[in-house]
Amino acid sequence: MKLSKVFWGIVAPLAAIATSLLLVSGILLLKGNPPYETLKTMIDYGFTPRNIVAELNIASSYYIAGVAAAIGFKMLLFNIGIDGQYRMAVFFAAVVGGAVTLPPILHVTLIIIVGAVVGGLWGSIAGYLKVKRGISEVISNIMLNVIAGGLVAFLLQPGRLGEQADGSNNLNTPILATSGWMPTIKFLDGEIHSFLIVSVFIGIGYWVLLNKSVFGFNLRSTGMSFRAARAGGVNAPRMIFVTMALSGAIAGLTGMGTLLSETHSYSISFPSGYALTGLALALLGRNHPVGIAFAAFFWAFLDRSAGVLDLNGVPREIITIMQGTIVLSIVVAYELIKRINQKQEQRLVGNAGIEQISVPKAESEKNA
Amino acid sequence: MSILTKEKLKKTVTSPSRIAIIVAVVLIVASIVRRITGADDITSAGATGATLRFTIPLLMAGLGGLWAERSGVINIGLEGMMIAGTWLGAWFGFLHGPLVGFICAAIGGALIGLFHGFLVVKIGIDQAVSGLAINLLALGTARYLSSIYFAPNGGDISLSPQVKQPGVFSVPILSSFLADLNAKNIIVISDAAGILGGFVTEVSYATVLLFLLVPISTWLLWRTRFGLRLRFCGENPVAAESLGVKVFRTRYIALAISGMFASLGGAYLCMVSASVYREGQTAGRGFIGLATVIFGNWRPTGVLAGSFLFGFTDALRVRQSTSVHAILLVIVILGLLFAMWKLFQRNYKVFGISALSSLIVGVIFLKVPKIPDEFVTFFPNLATILVLVLLAQKLRPPAMLAVPYREREEGH
Repeated sequence: MKLSKVFWGIVAPLAAIATSLLLVSGILLLKGNPPYETLKTMIDYGFTPRNIVAELNIASSYYIAGVAAAIGFKMLLFNIGIDGQYRMAVFFAAVVGGAVTLPPILHVTLIIIVGAVVGGLWGSIAGYLKVKRGISEVISNIMLNVIAGGLVAFLLQPGRLGEQADGSNNLNTPILATSGWMPTIKFLDGEIHSFLIVSVFIGIGYWVLLNKSVFGFNLRSTGMSFRAARAGGVNAPRMIFVTMALSGAIAGLTGMGTLLSETHSYSISFPSGYALTGLALALLGRNHPVGIAFAAFFWAFLDRSAGVLDLNGVPREIITIMQGTIVLSIVVAYELIKRINQKQEQRLVGNAGIEQISVPKAESEKNA
Repeated sequence: MSILTKEKLKKTVTSPSRIAIIVAVVLIVASIVRRITGADDITSAGATGATLRFTIPLLMAGLGGLWAERSGVINIGLEGMMIAGTWLGAWFGFLHGPLVGFICAAIGGALIGLFHGFLVVKIGIDQAVSGLAINLLALGTARYLSSIYFAPNGGDISLSPQVKQPGVFSVPILSSFLADLNAKNIIVISDAAGILGGFVTEVSYATVLLFLLVPISTWLLWRTRFGLRLRFCGENPVAAESLGVKVFRTRYIALAISGMFASLGGAYLCMVSASVYREGQTAGRGFIGLATVIFGNWRPTGVLAGSFLFGFTDALRVRQSTSVHAILLVIVILGLLFAMWKLFQRNYKVFGISALSSLIVGVIFLKVPKIPDEFVTFFPNLATILVLVLLAQKLRPPAMLAVPYREREEGH
């Protein structure tokens, strides 16, 4: 039982990737590009030392977004608000961090805490609306994402909280004092953000919280059956609220690696779309901390190696198509597996039922 | 029975007159504000025309969302379907003219809707996942196809070649008469003429045709057997199936229509609102469409009202940003009038809330010289959140919205 779960957990993602590879190959053939060679150039390019480092850095952000989504999923919450939570968090962390100067470790800690708190607060709005007003977190989060984007764009204007470097179009927050920087680690041909270590700890923390704590137990049980958990004395609405806030707090750490080790200020060029990525990774990694890690690296690899496609006359958007297909096929695969398992279980239960009924019947016949 | 018909009668008698009163009050206030602030654009024919052009895409996305949600399926893929519509409309419009563009967009959208249906109805995956994946796929595919088809034809990866717009018409005598009246600058009457003028001057045929989908949707959903069954599937699929309604088939049809409408909205966006496909042209309008469904309490007329409101703010922002500021004053006056009416009704709680919020808006009007564009951009989203927070008890979504449903399998 356990083994088959692990088996399907590995086979399903691979099948999804294979499906999307087939589709992409088909599209490439239609346009007259050789699929095998194209994919090979992509893989070669993606595994050059320079790119591996860049992929690890991107993957570190993706991983945190994935964990944020996974915590929500465990509670049957669809946190599509990761985008807004991340944007608010990284912006305010950059603003607060840029406004003060503190001893090195303290400064970094403050920035990280501000990020987590702001992300958590923004996430808890959706949690509050869900618990108190019964509003689907999907809808409220979509709206909150747009509002977050607008608010940050508004506050980033020069004269408010942002500034504009001379001769540049890019708006950004004040540069952090060096005490608020996190060092980078030399690796292969580039520099890895040391925040990668933090994201590993987030993964470990996620696993411990989920599997070794009362909170995690309550969370999983509420996710499986709202009513049963309630009967068991779990305050389910409160759990929903806390989970949404927690998911937001983790989402708030998504951009920290970039902020602390690379740009040292928030600017409008900070990437968006972490919500979709996070959700996709949580689905692909089956909410498991290790699974999400593999998925995050794979996603970062796809993103990065897409760069070589344009040079070869293949539009890089084929990678977006591929990612979309992977998400869809993985979900379809899980759904089909679930259906098959259910049928098998039903059959088992059915057989067991017949045996149970037939045994006393046989005995009664014997007695008669 | 007799009480029921009486009440119904009363409702039908009062509601149009009530609407007329509200329209009159808004008009008078707008007219006064125009004089005070000098924001001439808020009641001009041009503003109405622009509002129409911004409203229709939102309306189409909203109606698309409505059809899907009434059948019990949430359609987060509206944005992706709109993107598909802009692309298909632009490409086939460029090749064979606007009519073919619209038809191809409709077919393409319906197919994507059916695809969404296959995933969530037949396979039964999470409705939000499917919708988001469709958005992602549409975005990637549109860009990919643009690089193949647009680039060699005078466009590039994010821009199509110029597309011919569908024809426009003005109602012969009425249009010029209203324009004259508007120019005379008589209080209220000129304003009314200005606003009405926008509806009859240089209106695109596409606008009229797509606008007709509002009454058609209302009629289909509330006056036909098919519509009753469709809404039944959204309220209680189990009961519907036990009475012989084919839940899967109904939802497939609803989603095909949903996709078709959203895609038509996209086609309108690139052929009427603009005359070219631009990447990112939909700019989250699919999501605003989703918001109008909530805003409109899952009713076509409500969706229409929401789209008008959001389309109006969008149009003002693009045309003349001082108008947005003037609108604040309209809100203040209307809010105070509403508060006084509630005071008259001795509803002190509502009076307090509306008076206080009008005063806050009033302070903003006096202190802030210009409303930042960013705020106008997310106004629809904020308004929806506020509606959800303040009116959640009065909203009535379909009972089984977004709840997965499995049809009973034959022979088991």
